Formats: sequence, C-alpha cells, structure tokens
Amino acid sequence: MGVGWRTWSRTLAGIGIAAGVLLGIAVQAATPPNMLVMGTRLDDIITLDPAEVFEFSGAEVTANIYDRITMYEPENLTELVGGVVESWEIADDGKVITFKMRPGLTFHSGNPVRPEDAVYSLRRVVKLNKTPSFIVTQFGWTPENVDELVRVVDDEHFQIEITEDFSPGLVLNALSAGVGSVVDELEVEAHAVDDDMGYGWLKNNSAGSGAFKLVSWNANESVVLEHNPDYRHGAPAMERVILRHVPEPAAQRLLLEQGDIDIARTLTPDQVKGLAGNADLVLENFPKATLLYVAANASVPELSDPKVWEALKYLIDYDGMATSFLEGQYIPHQSFWGSGLWASADAKPYTLDVEKGKALLAEAGYPDGFSMTIDSLNTSPYMEMAESIQSTFADAGITAEIVPQDGSALWPKYRARRHQLILARWGPDYLDPHSNADSFASNPDNSPEAGLTGVLAWRNAWDDPEITAMTAAARSELDLDKRKALYEELQLRHQTNSPFAVIVQQNEQVVGRAGVEGFVSGPSFDLVFYRNVTK
Amino acid sequence: MAEPPVAVSGAPSGAPSSSPRLEAWRRRGAGLARVLASLALTFLGLTAITFVIGRVMPLDPVLAIVGDRAPQDVYDAMYVQLGLDQPLYVQYLRYLGQILTGDFGISVQTGRPVLNDLMRFFPATLELATLATLLGVVIGVPAGVLAAVHQGKLIDHVVRVVGLIGYSMPVFWLGMVALLVFYAKLGWVPGPGRLSVFYDGMVPPVTGLLLVDSLIAGNATVFWNAVEHLILPVSILGAFALAYIARMTRSFMLDQLRQEYVLTARVKGLAERTVIWRHAFGNVLVQLITTIGLTYASLLEGSVLTETVFAWPGIGQYITNALFNSDMNAVIGGTIVVGTCFVGINMLSDALYRTVDPRAR
Repeated sequence: MGVGWRTWSRTLAGIGIAAGVLLGIAVQAATPPNMLVMGTRLDDIITLDPAEVFEFSGAEVTANIYDRITMYEPENLTELVGGVVESWEIADDGKVITFKMRPGLTFHSGNPVRPEDAVYSLRRVVKLNKTPSFIVTQFGWTPENVDELVRVVDDEHFQIEITEDFSPGLVLNALSAGVGSVVDELEVEAHAVDDDMGYGWLKNNSAGSGAFKLVSWNANESVVLEHNPDYRHGAPAMERVILRHVPEPAAQRLLLEQGDIDIARTLTPDQVKGLAGNADLVLENFPKATLLYVAANASVPELSDPKVWEALKYLIDYDGMATSFLEGQYIPHQSFWGSGLWASADAKPYTLDVEKGKALLAEAGYPDGFSMTIDSLNTSPYMEMAESIQSTFADAGITAEIVPQDGSALWPKYRARRHQLILARWGPDYLDPHSNADSFASNPDNSPEAGLTGVLAWRNAWDDPEITAMTAAARSELDLDKRKALYEELQLRHQTNSPFAVIVQQNEQVVGRAGVEGFVSGPSFDLVFYRNVTK
Repeated sequence: MAEPPVAVSGAPSGAPSSSPRLEAWRRRGAGLARVLASLALTFLGLTAITFVIGRVMPLDPVLAIVGDRAPQDVYDAMYVQLGLDQPLYVQYLRYLGQILTGDFGISVQTGRPVLNDLMRFFPATLELATLATLLGVVIGVPAGVLAAVHQGKLIDHVVRVVGLIGYSMPVFWLGMVALLVFYAKLGWVPGPGRLSVFYDGMVPPVTGLLLVDSLIAGNATVFWNAVEHLILPVSILGAFALAYIARMTRSFMLDQLRQEYVLTARVKGLAERTVIWRHAFGNVLVQLITTIGLTYASLLEGSVLTETVFAWPGIGQYITNALFNSDMNAVIGGTIVVGTCFVGINMLSDALYRTVDPRAR
C-alpha cells in the first residue's frame, strides 16, 4: 500500500518545485511615468465613430481623440471657446453663424484642418443619421438640405445656417457635443466603402486632431491611446493612456492599491470609504449633470392627477437616501438642470412629509392610496432607492411593487409607455439647458402615434401646452440674460407641475494614486479629459 | 471444365486482402458520415433554438445599437437594416445561409465580425480551461485513487474535505480572496488581466493562445508574464475541476476495489501496485474519461464569474454580455463554438474508450 504514497509524494514535490519557480519570478511593477493606466468598465463601447457614439466610455474616448468645432476645455469648464475654430460671427437674425478656422492645425495624419473638414463632419452626422444626430438635425438640417445649409466660404471660413428658431448660443453649445467633432475628410474618405462616408472604418479607427490618437480598442479588454505630439495645447505629458476593462470593482480596488493602475473609475461608495485612510491614494470629486428621477405615467388613471404627482413628491425621503447609501456619489437636487451649470435652479421645495402626502392623496380621491408598479434598473443604487421609495410610499397607503430589470428590457418598455412609475436616470446630451428642457418639459404631440420615443415628457404621456411653449420661447431667445431667466422660471414651474420628481444629481468619485494630477471629468458624459494628467 | 469466367481473374490473390480493407474503409466512411450528420443536426438544432429564444426574449436588439434615446426614425431605420421587419423563418433561413458561407454576422456590442471576436475571446478561455483541466487531472486522479485505496484513513478524509470545499465554495469568492492574499498581500502573482499592460500587443496574435504566440515570437518575457497571470485563475478553476475529478475517481475506484477480480488478483499474489493501477484503475478509465471530458467541456463554456473577477476577456463574458444586449449574432456564434467543443470532446472520448476498452473496439 506504500506504493501509492510514494507516487503521490513524488508528484507533489514536482508540483511544489514548479510552483516555487513560477512564484519566484513574479515581480511587482508600478506603471511607467509617461503612461496613464485606468481601471474602468468598457463593455458599453459599441463604436468610436463620433457621428454615432453615444455610450459613456465611447464618448469619453472620442472626446480625447477629436477636437470639436466649439469646446468646453478642462482649464475652464464653464466657458465656451473655439476648438478647431478661432472665432465666429453671428448674423443679426441669429440664423447664420460664420466660423473662422484656427490657423496651422493638423490632423494626426499630417493633413491640415480645413473648413472643408468641419463642413464634411457636420454633413456626415446628418447623412449617416445615427442616434446623436438629433442634436444638430433639430436646427432644421436634413440629408437633402444640409449640403446647402452647412457650407465652405473660403480657405479660412465656413458657415452654418439654421431654419428653425434656435438661439445662437444654443447652437454653439450643441456644436461642442460629440457630433461637433471634426474628422479628417481625406483620411476618412480614403477608407470609405460604397459611399458609407467611412462609417465601417471609423468605428474602430480614428482620424482626428485632438490630444490623443487611437492605437487599439479590444472589446472587453482595453482601449489604448497615444499622445499627439503636435497638439495645439502642447503634447500631453502622458505618452500613452490605457483604459483597462476591470468589471469587478473589488478587483479594481486591489489593482489601485498595488499601483498597477493609476486611477480607478468605477469603485462602489463603500470601497471609496474603505480607501479613505490610505495615504498613497487621493479621492477627487467631479459634479456631473446626471440626474436620477421618478416619473409617473400620466396615462395611468391614478397617476393623471397633478395632486397625486405632488403627493408622490412629498413621499420620497430625499435626505435619508442622500445621507445613507447615496452618500458621496449623489447629492440632493430637484430641478431638471443640474446644479453648478449655467441657468440651473437650485430650489429644493420638497422633503419627506407623509402627512402632507396623505392629505394630497385624499384630495385627489385616494384616501387609502392605491397599488402601483415601480420599474427600476436592477443595479445599485437604483434598487436601494426603489426600496426606500417603496417604504415611504407605503406610509401613505400606496402599495408599490418594484419591477427590477436590465436596461435592455427597461428601455423598450419605457419607450412604449408601458410603465406605471419608473425610477431612471438622465444626463444631458450637450451642455445647454435646452438639452434637458427639450426632453423633460417639451411635448409638442402627445398622441401615441407621434412616437416621440426619445422625449421623456412623451414617454410619460404628459402634455402641458404652456410648459411646451415656454420651452420653445427659451430656446429661441437671443438675449443671454433673458434666456437664463426663462430657464430658471421654466425649471421652477416644471418642478411643481409635472409628473417628474428629480431626486439627486450625480457626483463622480475618482480615486487615483497620490501624485497623479490633472485628470478632469466634466459635467456631461462626453467631457472627460486626459491631456493635462501628470504624475 | 469450364470455369466461371469472371470470378477467376485475380480472385485468389486479391479477394482475401482487399475486401476486409475495403470493408474497413466503408465502415470508416459510414462512421464519418454519421458523425457529420450528427454534427449538422446538432448545429441545426442549436441555431434554431438559440435563434427562437433570442427573438422571443423581451429585449430589443435595436435599442442595444441605437441607445435608449434614439428618435423613432433612427430606430426604424436600424430595425429594417437588421432585417427584423421580415418574418421569423425568413430571418432564420437568411441567417443560416450566411453561416454556411462562413459569415456569422456583425456583433452589436463590439461592432466587429463575430468570427473575429470568437477568434479573440475563445483562445483566452481555451488556455484557461485546458490548463485547469490538466491541473485537475494531474492532482485529482491520483488523489482520488489514493483516497479509495486508503478508505476511512486520514488521506481519504483530506481528499473528501478538499473535494467538498472545492465544489461548494463560490468561485467568485474564492477568486477574490485568492487575489487579496496572493496578489495584494503577498505580491507573489500579478493582478487581474491576461498580461501586464506594458506587454499588451507585443507579440503578434497567431493562435490567440498567449503561451503559444509568445513562444512562436520567441519572446520569453511575455511568455513568463502570461504564465504568471495564469497561475491564479488556473488554480481556482483547477481546484474546481480537481475536486470533482477526485470525488468521482474515488467513488469509481471504491466500486472496483470491492469486486471479486481484485480479491483474486491479490490472492494470486500480484503486487499491490499492479492490482490497483493495472486491474482496478484500468477498469475505471472509461468512466473517468467521461467525467474529465464533461469537466473540460463545462470549463470551455467559459466561467463568467472567474472571467469577471480576473478581468479575463473570455468567451463566458462575451456570450453573457451578448445575451444582455440581445446581440443574437454573437450569442449564436458563441453557442456554435461551445456546441462544437461538446461534440468534439464527445468524439474524442469515444475514440479514447476504444483504445482503453477492448470491448468497445
């Protein structure tokens, strides 16, 4: 019987030696000084074409590859400046804007940045007609008329003309969104297949003039960028930027603590707290414009009464949530345009008041409450929020059943108006209050056939002609101060007269290694900058 | 004496030697045809079922592409572009036609041909699964045999407890703890990922297996870096395989050791080594091959949890993401790869049975 033992122990010894050899050579290494490595989630990227990209990670990456027509720069996130353009002139009627190109710019390919490139890029967005195209097609541009309305003037100038009533300030803001990215026409057309304007090629490649160029994008693995030594603000200090897909936040935390990544982007609140005492790490806060809100579908009989909407707003524990599980990552906010942005209204009239909520429900004819479903994403913090709302609703007799689901199931339902109550998020598409007003407040046609599926007011079957008219007036106001006042008024009115209860605004927490400085995450999802990072 | 004119020619010398050979070829041909037919049927069934499930799920592949804010006209254009306006059977037949020409379509989530994706993600899983299975076999089989031989003794208890732990511990938790201890605290192994970032893209992909590619490129640094990154995930998955294989080996062996032929062999005075390894173990081989084959196949499906913890770009994460995004091209492509693995491993096991079991020849 000893035979088995001997074989066994010999095998074991062999394995032990092999393991020892392997473990002995494992070495720890910090990231090189000219390389920025970030841990984040990359599984949402489906394209890197600026005319199509609308996902968080993809928008962030393209923001670092392409300079846009106008831009908010990391040095001052509240001032709109020229990107590839140096200056602009607005015609008296506000319908025509003439841009002057910044001289001496070149694309990564070495080609000069010409007015033709800017014009080509805008026409391309309109003609490809992908999701973000509405940001510019709302000005009245169609594939048929865009060649005429967006035009080259001479070697230094190009012109855009709008046919709808929009304030030029809004138009300039919209051109600072991802769709305002200027692509290298000659390079892109060289890779075009069957007049696709390089659509197939640009998904995986880059042709910009921004601070970085794309080296590679491997789905579910990494995005690698290389700096542009000729960038107009000077070559970024980080010669390489690597975004690594690390889906598990706990693994991200370990990598950060070990110095294998410089910045962790998607840590959970408790992990951020757990890292507080670590002197090697620094926490940075970046207020974002993303809002979390509850909305009531006004086509549901119980939810059609403005008194019920108001009651629901008194039955949410804003402070309780913000000081417990949301702490650090979300701050209370109750209007549809985020705090800290131009023209935001910061009034917070609602607090948890069960008696008031009950009284309003009784006035509306529901003294004993009713039963409702709340659709919610099945992730954190949505589930915790839904549970909190469920319990405070119950105090006033409203029985809410939470229906947790993945986004891919929730969004079709929401767009088809098949929800009752919904807990969801919204971030602006570009930095102008119209971006949110257009969705939260404006509903020009409430009929189911209208199919305004991208508009939140339509999705909730809510139609207030006066508020819709206010939205239109605000967007076309030429005077900046008047426009600001109009938005503030609109927000306050929307706050108390709509089926939307905005609950909190996001605050992005980014933890980096001490000494890693200059990373900037702006208020909207496509304003994240790597170019000033040093370490 | 008239002899039959036809039968004579060459018959005496040719018939005895060529006809059994021909017969063997014919049998082999029929066998091959059977295998091909069963493969074809398997794939037809797999694609049909996956396709139908994908289409009845309440997920919207169009929204996965255009995003939840897309205006209706953008949505409608994509709906038509994906061919979703066609009846289901037309969609399916069209898809089958594409597959037959080697075109698995474009994946929604990566925007690239599914075939390219699979060629990138599957090798990552293959590398992991193969090494984990090897580890499971190399340690699990002798451990199982030992436990059976020493039934009720200390070694038996150790193997059983280890088996229980390896089988009942959540892989996710085990992976996290292993990272915490061996990577964060002790610093013996590198963190999650297949390679350290500096080595990314340093060897040209040939097979997609980093160990093989780095050897082809003659780059020892990358090879060792890949090895270091493999240690933890292979150990975790290997522990799972080991536990199962050891447990099964033990029970198969116990069964055999109770048989009378073992007693006979011992009475005959054969060496214990011969009794155990030649007689008893020889008889459990067939069952063992099935167990190992199934373990290997299940590891090849990719382990979503292990892949997530170790940021391993494998096929498990790919297929799961694809399902959540209703990315049916990717789901079906992945299913076919996994199905092929199962069928392939089955055939391999069959072939092995024939070599180890004379009755099956």
